[in-house]
Amino acid sequence: MKNQQINQKYNRYVEARIPKTKAWPSLFNSFWVGGVICLIGQGINDALLYIFPSMAEQTAWAWTLIALIFIASFLTALGVYDKIGKFAGGGSIVPITGFSNSISSPAIEFKHEGIIYGTCVKMFTVAGPVIVCGVVASVVVGLIYYIAGLI
Amino acid sequence: MQTIEFKRRPKIIAGYTIAGPKEGQGNFGKYFDYVMHDDIFGEKTYEMAERKMFEQAVTGALQKAGLKSADINLLLAGDLLNQIISSSYTARAFNMPYLGMFGACSTMAESLAAGATLIDGGYFENVVCLTGSHFSTAERQFRFPLELGNQRVPTSQWTATAAGAAVLSLHGKGASVCMATYGRVIDYGVTDVNNMGAAMAPSAADTLINHFEETGRKPSYYDLIVTGDLGKLGSDILIDLLEEKGIKLGANYCDCGHCYYSRRQDTMCGASGCGVSASVLNGYILNKLNKGEYRKVLFVPTGALMSTTASGQGESIPGVSHAIVIEAGE
Repeated sequence: MKNQQINQKYNRYVEARIPKTKAWPSLFNSFWVGGVICLIGQGINDALLYIFPSMAEQTAWAWTLIALIFIASFLTALGVYDKIGKFAGGGSIVPITGFSNSISSPAIEFKHEGIIYGTCVKMFTVAGPVIVCGVVASVVVGLIYYIAGLI
Repeated sequence: MQTIEFKRRPKIIAGYTIAGPKEGQGNFGKYFDYVMHDDIFGEKTYEMAERKMFEQAVTGALQKAGLKSADINLLLAGDLLNQIISSSYTARAFNMPYLGMFGACSTMAESLAAGATLIDGGYFENVVCLTGSHFSTAERQFRFPLELGNQRVPTSQWTATAAGAAVLSLHGKGASVCMATYGRVIDYGVTDVNNMGAAMAPSAADTLINHFEETGRKPSYYDLIVTGDLGKLGSDILIDLLEEKGIKLGANYCDCGHCYYSRRQDTMCGASGCGVSASVLNGYILNKLNKGEYRKVLFVPTGALMSTTASGQGESIPGVSHAIVIEAGE
């Protein structure tokens, strides 16, 4: 009991001494980098529709996503995306480019352990939880939608 | 008693340090024997690069000491990787009896204290103490892939790419290891793996308090009191913890991790890893001791004894810290 109190006291003391991240500059950088990524996506989408007028809008969306994923993986391989991420934080993690980076970076990192046991096994170590939660959430939403339809 | 005095005063007859390019640009850059051009060091993987650094450190230290590997009675080595592979594979390359050490980032003091004890006991003549760390191997084992675009929290530290080896001997010239205070494992319940300084500071405080009590010395007795990789936050906490007990650390106190990189290098709270204290001791401190600029140094690196499994299960981070007293030779 006494030890617990000492630990609590120490942890409260540490908490008070921890340097805090400056919120406004990080929010600002995150905001504008995230915005630029979205702008690039929109640009690709508009360009596709302009060049191929007969293309369905949904097909253009798919190509836009593929292009963004490719660009982010490419920048990851060049060692650029981690620098963008360090600067922008959430701004470059939240868009689909961040998702792409979270899969390609472990794939590169663990290639020395072999294709199967390295790249394939470790590829989803970072993105795995996102995929699992996404799938589970979509199942839950689907169930609600189905039940609501019955009523 | 945790403190022992060495009657025969084993000497550090040679020290060799090797560091990565970023570390070479840091504040201790000019004291390293060799600065690598890149982190991969001409190898296929970073793990192999770390091993090559260790091997070069041993070869370099032996060369400086003028000894052959057959003259070495024992190799004491440790590192941060699982099952201390860098050390064991290095021992494989040299034909020496080997004891693996694990004290996380306190390994340099642990191996020197153990080595000095064994030599003082009269069982060995020449012992090599070796440790180091590599940013890229530690990062993949403890944190995220290198290319992942995430941000570091303000309390985080940058694992240094560096290794250091010291040759302890009964004969020869050099700074002598006079005392050692073996540390207890102290855990104040810090669970944040990004705040190692706060987790380890209590162990450094405990060892220092015991050292000062048992020897009757004051911090001002030493020209330099140096901790390993507490970082900025951790060393501030240590100063506070000691002040509570009435021990005041003055201008002669410094933390290797805190001063390791220059401010421009943006490493948050500073450097961490076995390589930090190993390279500062074998590079900077030995240099100053041999020149006579320092006479008495108290070297107290700390280690965070955590693993990814234990932290994943919500365990707190225990710390350990060993102190050794090094005095300049006559």
